[in-house]
Amino acid sequence: MKRFRYMKAVSVREAIGIFAAEPGAALMAGGTNLVDLMKYDVSTPTVVVDINGLPLHDITEQPDGGLRLGALVSNADVAYDPRITERYPLLSSAILAGASGQLRNMATVGGNLLQRTRCSYFYDVQVPCNKREPGSGCPAKTGLNRGHAILGASPLCIATHPSDMCVALSALDATILVEGPRGVRSIPFSEFHRLPGESPERDTTLEPGEIILAVDLPLLPPSMGYSYLKIRDRLSYAFALVSVAVLIKIDDRIIQQAHLSLGSVAHKAWRDKDAETLLVGAAPVRAVFKRIADRLLDSAIAQEQNGFKIELAHRATVRCLEQAAAGTPQSQANKRIC
Amino acid sequence: MADAALNTGRPLLRVDGPLKVTGGAKYAAEYDAPDLVHGVIVPSSIARGRIVSVDTRAAQAFPGVLKIFTHENRPWGAHFSVFFKDPMGPPGKPFRPLLDGQVHFSGQPVALIVAESFEAARDAAALVRVSYHTEAHKTDLEKEAVHAYTPPRTRLGVPPTPKPTGDADRAFASSPVKVEATYRASPENHHPMELFASTVVWGADKTITVYDKTQSPKSVQIYLKAAFLLFGRRVRVVSPYVGGAFGLGLRPQQSVFLAMLAAKALKRSVRVVIPRDQMYTLGYRANAIQTVSLGADEDGHLHALKQEAIAATSQYEDAQDPMLFFSGLLYGCENVKLAYKLAKLDTISPCDMRAPGAATGMFALESAMDELAYATGRDPLDLRLENYIDYDQMEHRKMSSKALRDCYTQGADKFGWSARTAAPRSMRDGRDLIGWGMATGIWDAALSPLPARATVTLTADNRLEVTTSVTDIGTGTYTILSQLAADAMQLPMDRVTTRLGDSSLPYNPTQGGSWTASTAGSAVQAACEKLKDKLLKHSHRTDQASLTSDPSVEFVTLLNVAGKARMEATATITNLPFGKKFTSATHSAVFVEVRIDEELGAIRVTRVVSAIAAGRILNPLTAQSQIRGAAIMAIGKALHEDAASDHNLGRCMAHSFADYHIPSNADVFDLEVIFVKELDTEVSPIGTKGLGEIGSVAVAPAIANAVFHATGYRVRELPITIDRLLPGLPL
Ligand SMILES: Cc1cc2nc3c(=O)[nH]c(=O)nc-3n(C[C@H](O)[C@H](O)[C@H](O)COP(=O)(O)OP(=O)(O)OC[C@H]3O[C@@H](n4cnc5c(N)ncnc54)[C@H](O)[C@@H]3O)c2cc1C
Repeated sequence: MKRFRYMKAVSVREAIGIFAAEPGAALMAGGTNLVDLMKYDVSTPTVVVDINGLPLHDITEQPDGGLRLGALVSNADVAYDPRITERYPLLSSAILAGASGQLRNMATVGGNLLQRTRCSYFYDVQVPCNKREPGSGCPAKTGLNRGHAILGASPLCIATHPSDMCVALSALDATILVEGPRGVRSIPFSEFHRLPGESPERDTTLEPGEIILAVDLPLLPPSMGYSYLKIRDRLSYAFALVSVAVLIKIDDRIIQQAHLSLGSVAHKAWRDKDAETLLVGAAPVRAVFKRIADRLLDSAIAQEQNGFKIELAHRATVRCLEQAAAGTPQSQANKRIC
Repeated sequence: MADAALNTGRPLLRVDGPLKVTGGAKYAAEYDAPDLVHGVIVPSSIARGRIVSVDTRAAQAFPGVLKIFTHENRPWGAHFSVFFKDPMGPPGKPFRPLLDGQVHFSGQPVALIVAESFEAARDAAALVRVSYHTEAHKTDLEKEAVHAYTPPRTRLGVPPTPKPTGDADRAFASSPVKVEATYRASPENHHPMELFASTVVWGADKTITVYDKTQSPKSVQIYLKAAFLLFGRRVRVVSPYVGGAFGLGLRPQQSVFLAMLAAKALKRSVRVVIPRDQMYTLGYRANAIQTVSLGADEDGHLHALKQEAIAATSQYEDAQDPMLFFSGLLYGCENVKLAYKLAKLDTISPCDMRAPGAATGMFALESAMDELAYATGRDPLDLRLENYIDYDQMEHRKMSSKALRDCYTQGADKFGWSARTAAPRSMRDGRDLIGWGMATGIWDAALSPLPARATVTLTADNRLEVTTSVTDIGTGTYTILSQLAADAMQLPMDRVTTRLGDSSLPYNPTQGGSWTASTAGSAVQAACEKLKDKLLKHSHRTDQASLTSDPSVEFVTLLNVAGKARMEATATITNLPFGKKFTSATHSAVFVEVRIDEELGAIRVTRVVSAIAAGRILNPLTAQSQIRGAAIMAIGKALHEDAASDHNLGRCMAHSFADYHIPSNADVFDLEVIFVKELDTEVSPIGTKGLGEIGSVAVAPAIANAVFHATGYRVRELPITIDRLLPGLPL
């Protein structure tokens, strides 16, 4: 760990001020990712700005019938809030599929969005990594890449975004409310995280000095089916190999609307809205689900060790759609896949 | 023996339990000393080559840094001592940290930063710049296996691979049914909960107290005295509590070497802790490629058993473990041929890990037996019963006891094995494929290869103290020794205090090999007998016989009659390696249920029944904990653990628990333990066989076999992860 200064911000303005003025500044919310990265010298902020004193701790009703999640609401408080469990059970389920009770108590909405990849090369400062040290190279491409991206990767980086919560937010068409030196703006979820391209060191489209204020959840049509299915190397407390979030509206055995997002397969939660239109008007049957899975994954590219993830993502997509359509979402408490 | 006992054989709670759950039990890194300074290791980033230069200027200038040790300035002495060797080390030249500029493995310590605070040392460590002349490394066992060789010298304490019997090649060739397959097991790291750490307290009065995480305070003491030429000083190594070690604490680790090096040079107390992300630099369970060939007749009767193993070792030592030692002991077969080979890699030396060798060797043999069951159409359990033997066919000796048949029947009964349908994929529950598998386990039952002592002391306040230098690594040693002593001296448990884990206590070599209960227990029992004799003699009582058989006698009255404040007795247990009339082993039969999603391959090990034959059970509670813990560890071996290396970098990349998976609570379902009755009067004076390893041996193959039964697809490589299983799950 490198030496750093520590300060507590008391207002959003102040936080933005420091954050924008000092390029080496890092904001700290729950600290569950930032502090880990600092211990491994992956993050080496000159100043750590503790933002826990900012007034971003509430979940509030929105005029359009949606909900606003303050950036500092803990993952646990989101997952167990009755408004979330009733209106956005997909989000609750995805959060509960991640980490552990202790971590979810500390982790925040904003921190979860900005958690960094779990690529083991990224975490080891003694080896190259383009995301950590642009231009140094990507050993994962020719090395251990069993867990890496199958979609949207670039020659420079095959890391995945590891969040569970974000997969649900992507399916929910959330928007991110941010504020920076140039004011407040809203970013649609699909534009928030980015693909690695030529600059894998950048995870998001946030501008320098911008901080996350809240995540807005839009009003959903009533009685949507949902499921969050996470496949991992053990039954709990592991990042996903692949995960799938599905929201589906079925009337009279016809799919009216479907949102589908894949996790841990790309540098961001992976959504293909064109593909989703394939589902609309179709019957909720396996053959249809397979077709959309084919379509979602037809541009997938395997590295040496992760070809199985394409097949696994395909199967998980079909199953998750089946679960959502049948009204039997995956339980995060019972490890049996339903 | 056991039957009249008041405490022994009963499920008593751990005597050290309250201390452990209240934080009262102190571990090596928790001891403080005046002016204690802290050492942090800088690991190498390359696997093989030479250090060209170490730039320590920035680190040296860091506030709080006292001294930076590298191969260029390390003190003389330690490294050139001809005594530099640890008793448990394999043949070869042991790795000597900071000896010279050669790099032998990725993560090798290339500098030690010593600073006033841990934080300063850690932060300065990040500022050290090392430049290397890199040489091509070899870390891929798949590639190096072609250069495998039979180790020319066997390792002390590890039984050599048995010589062939009959003509296995010919018998195999002419067998009507043949099974031949190659099995792979990944490298594993020990990852005990407590980190490896050492606090060396430099005393003004020529005493050095070393709080070390080790399985053997005595070996560490002997090693330190020799390696650092500390003959004029009193070196005491103290390890009263050890938070797991699993074999990695059998050898003195880098932490204690480097802490002593710095302490001696600076004449100050020093602590060195190996952080979790450097754990892989201490040792690992060797990965191995094994080929098993079984020849049988149509009934499954074995005619030929061949097993060849190629296991990883380092460039500088021939690390060895009994991977194939047990393969000829389980099933009757006249033609057995075992070949144990090593392949050199640019890694640290592999190090014993719970059920060393056997856990990997038995995975291959017991998987092959399952394959033979299918090849002959026999039930896997029947096949094993068909080939049952009750003597040692390799050494032509009797077994001192072998209740394995009872393990089979009682385990099968408890599990409900008879309800199993034989065909793969024939049992299911909705989309879960259900698989039932079983396997046999075996491990050595022996006394420590080195003599061991224990002392018991009775004081006038009617308290008994039991002392011996061996550690309790979570095994329950404190408790069982107190139980044995309480019964021998006819005292209630709360009158007995056991002290362990201190080199100044009576010599008792190492907690390991499943020999501690038998060795330390026998020494304690013998010491108690001696003490009773002494008491009787001193009290001039003539009615000795009636006294020792009368449980109401309080020996303290004899102490009073003799007019003494205290009396002690010491006994030594020796294990003569020659002239043995019997072979002794612990056995197990393990039955496992797995449930696997038919499309997605997620595996749940929903039931494990371990039936164990291990002689006398001193405490069913701590004994069950041993077997359950071992089963969980073996679930890890079967499904999760892989200390995977990037062979381009020559570096293990599983540095944290995010990459190195072990079972979580959710991965552990029902674990049942049965101890079958087994009377053995030969194996040890107290009739025990030891329990540390046996629980680990058969669980991984039983899981692998259950996975086959569930899916019809044989995964011959551990861990069985989804990527390896998915090809066996057609839609
Ligand atoms: C052992 C372990 C297991 C885990 N398992 C999972 C899992 O299975 N699934 C999963 O999804 N996640 C998992 N996580 C990750 C966890 O979800 C994240 O660490 C957590 O969500 C981060 O939130 P935080 O508040 O602690 O963020 P911090 O660590 O405080 O911050 C993370 C990043 O976000 C930035 N940041 C925080 N708040 C704001 C804001 N308001 N505006 C701008 N920037 C901000 C920080 O500057 C920092 O860069 C795991 C983590 C650990 C340690």
